[in-house]
Amino acid sequence: MTYLAKPRLHHPELPKNKLGYTHRDYEGAVSTLCAGCGHDSISGAIIQAFFELELPPHRVAKLSGIGCSSKTPTYFLGNSHGFNSVHGRMPSVLTGANLANRDLIYLGVSGDGDSASIGLGQFAHALRRGVNMVYIVENNGVYGLTKGQFSATADRGSKSKRGAVNNDQPIDLVLLALQLGASFVARSFSGDKAQLVPLVKAAVLHRGAAFIDVISPCVAFNNHAGSTKSYDFVREHNQAVNRLDFMPTHSEITADYAPGSLQEVAQHDGSVLRLRKVHDDYNPGDRIAAINYLLQRDAAGEIVTGLLYVQPDATDLHAALNTVDTPLNALREAELVPGAAALEKFNASLR
Amino acid sequence: MQGGSGMSKVSPIRAVNDFVVKFANVNGSGSASANLLFAKAILRMGVPVAPRNIFPSNIQGLPTWFEVRVNEAGWRGRRGGVDLMVAMNPQTWDEDLKEIEPGGYLFYDSTKALPASKFRDDVNAIGMPLTAICNREYSDARQRQLFKNIIYVGALSTLLEIEPETIAELIGEQYKGKEALLKPNVQAMHMGRAYAENNLDWPLGVRVRRTNAVGDRIFIEGNSAAALGCVYGGATVCAWYPITPSSSMAEAFARHCKRFRTDPASSKARYASVQAEDELASIGMVIGASWNGARAFTCTSGPGISLMQEFIGLAYFAEIPAVIFDVQRGSPSTGMPTRTQQADLLSCAYASHGDTKHVLIFPQDPKEAFEFAALSFDLADRLQTPVFVMMDLDIGMQEWLCDPLAWDSRRHHDRGKVMSFQDLESGTEFGRYLDVDGDGIAYHTYPGPHPSRASYFTRGTTKDRYAHYTEEGATYVDNMQRLLRKLETAKQYLPEPVRRKAGAPTRFGAIYFGSTAPVMDETLAALESQGVHLDTLRLRAFPFHDAVCDFISEHEQVFVVEQNRDAQMRSLLINELVIDPGKLIPVLHYDGTPITARFILREIGEKLAMFNVTPLRKVAP
Repeated sequence: MTYLAKPRLHHPELPKNKLGYTHRDYEGAVSTLCAGCGHDSISGAIIQAFFELELPPHRVAKLSGIGCSSKTPTYFLGNSHGFNSVHGRMPSVLTGANLANRDLIYLGVSGDGDSASIGLGQFAHALRRGVNMVYIVENNGVYGLTKGQFSATADRGSKSKRGAVNNDQPIDLVLLALQLGASFVARSFSGDKAQLVPLVKAAVLHRGAAFIDVISPCVAFNNHAGSTKSYDFVREHNQAVNRLDFMPTHSEITADYAPGSLQEVAQHDGSVLRLRKVHDDYNPGDRIAAINYLLQRDAAGEIVTGLLYVQPDATDLHAALNTVDTPLNALREAELVPGAAALEKFNASLR
Repeated sequence: MQGGSGMSKVSPIRAVNDFVVKFANVNGSGSASANLLFAKAILRMGVPVAPRNIFPSNIQGLPTWFEVRVNEAGWRGRRGGVDLMVAMNPQTWDEDLKEIEPGGYLFYDSTKALPASKFRDDVNAIGMPLTAICNREYSDARQRQLFKNIIYVGALSTLLEIEPETIAELIGEQYKGKEALLKPNVQAMHMGRAYAENNLDWPLGVRVRRTNAVGDRIFIEGNSAAALGCVYGGATVCAWYPITPSSSMAEAFARHCKRFRTDPASSKARYASVQAEDELASIGMVIGASWNGARAFTCTSGPGISLMQEFIGLAYFAEIPAVIFDVQRGSPSTGMPTRTQQADLLSCAYASHGDTKHVLIFPQDPKEAFEFAALSFDLADRLQTPVFVMMDLDIGMQEWLCDPLAWDSRRHHDRGKVMSFQDLESGTEFGRYLDVDGDGIAYHTYPGPHPSRASYFTRGTTKDRYAHYTEEGATYVDNMQRLLRKLETAKQYLPEPVRRKAGAPTRFGAIYFGSTAPVMDETLAALESQGVHLDTLRLRAFPFHDAVCDFISEHEQVFVVEQNRDAQMRSLLINELVIDPGKLIPVLHYDGTPITARFILREIGEKLAMFNVTPLRKVAP
């Protein structure tokens, strides 16, 4: 969607990360989404997260389905390979890509129509397989590209811009992800970068299926009174359970938070998640408690955000399949072809 | 002989190493392995066999048949008709009885007396009280059932003069290391022999005589051979969803990989096989893995192909290699899931919405299934497009006698046009959809090789030569034309058709493909022996090679023999080569059973008669 080219020149003193990349090196083409779209804020958070993580952009593969959210991979990490696949089927394409090369970072971007409506099956199965990925749903409860129809995450009773009322029970992807065995589950809000950036960073370094549901108001079709996915509604009902600070392996751990409200979670690679707890009774290591808490707060009309569940020692699909450490796409012919002599032996067993 | 109505009025069939035995059993009774033992024993005596398991879509209880064509000449197709019926299923007795050739034999369980009306006076009935014997010898119900099968194999070995040592040898191989099972099986076989020797007239008019007609040929199912072809072809990712008759291919791939692709040092797997949640996911995984540089495939059948349509269009348009094995079965809908057909030609050739066209290859037997499986990955990589390997249930799930599988050690995988780090670093221009070589095939990169020069965006929407999104009509047309050029290029890489000239010049030709081929060999021999000449061409790939067009234009009339109702291959020929439809005469077999030489002889005979060709001898129905 590059009708507009970004200027190639930029300030010579832009801060660089350890790899020598500037923020600009993590950007993509100019967005063609509507001005004020929540999705653009999420793209911004992704750019920020990868810049801060100091990861080389070309070692990331970004995949998406179809829809407004699925267009966004064009707008970040321009030096990453991107794949805008089929509506609702990003998870299977990502799973296949991950099987081929376990060494890249996989970022799946999807929307509520893409993941909760047409693609609910693939959403579920990719999570239950434990594909090592970050799966972000940019959730606005509405179909943008086809002009404002409800998606499956629209709340019962919420009103469309044209006044139609949604009568169907909404699908809560966070609850589903918890139930399906995702080992990192979070919810955030596109308007809350302070919360979202650390969540993305932590999810990238998490090994296993990491899912982030990001409520992302649609300025064109779902940002009016009566909508439960509007900026105003979400800001009024947002109940953060914690604030995450993310410490990569090489960062010095400094104690600048009040003890008692701080919880540290070490991930498999040694990175540390520091949770500043807002609600002291919330434990992100307990899947059942997380589900109960979410159901209770939902009944009270609150949208719970933050890191909702993490299993720091999770494993992934490659571990389950016991695949070799070398990426499958890098195996040499000698490692793949059994050869003529082996075939002779095989023939002999069939006589 | 005893029981039933005994000797027939017509003279009993006499044949050595050339007859058909059919076993009628109840599904789930353990008969299949005993029947395969019977077939393998004959094979070990140097006599070619063509066995076919004719099974229902059921786990237990429904009728099932196992047909063994014993044929020293080595014809591998189904013959039609039965010389010896082993009738072990009362449910299907009446139907089974009808199938026996006049003068043929009926072997049955005579424990319970049957009225004379249940027999035919032109069939020789051979009764043996199998149930009574088993009830006397075994107390366990399961043993009674399983050993009954081995006992009848023993009795048949006496009647047909199959060597007991050979059967014992096979049982020994099957139960190697399981002595507790080995001994009672051999005993049961001898129990059957002893009964036959003492109570029945033996040998029968049909019998087996040791010879040396098998040579070094092997006995293998197409699904197993194709799966091994995937191993040799370098496939590392298999994504599949269970569907008859293709499931055994995915299972065979895992089995072969366990043997050939386990890293000796770490015991880890050099492959990944994932049972997906449906066919949409399985093809999605194949596309994702191929996009990322692994060789990947899925195996499915007609209903799975239907589900994959949208993704196949994406792979075609975004130019991603993908290998799809379609083990065809009776269609449409759930159709006849355990029966064979060649009825997915159109749904594969033009799979997906919009203007699409795909590469299909047609193996004729397990050996070619192995070769084409390995080849398909080279084709998919070279052409950056989906490749369909068109198998069918008859090739995939039946054991075939075929030449040993072979692999040329000098052969290397062709990964096609991939830009490496060095290519990119040296500044070679990279346009993902730029036709640098004029053959319609552009260069691509796998994700990750270069910090700034490798990346591009893969999408199903329209794009320009540098992979930038565009809705510009002229750019779209330019790209669509290149895709056509690419398919033109494809022809030089695809297996060429196999032409065979008749013994004398002829105005008539026949085109066929896939599992019809072995049957056509037999048909042609029969025609030649009757002085009827027919040039033939065996198709091995789509889009069609120029030789196909030449063959048709060199003949006045061309029969197109295929196993579907709508003459789908004929439609493809007419459509792609702009052939006068009147020139192509359809010969269609689609009742779910494999096509037979008898059928083709009758059809072609009747049609040739209309053109005043030497009348054929009447052939059996």
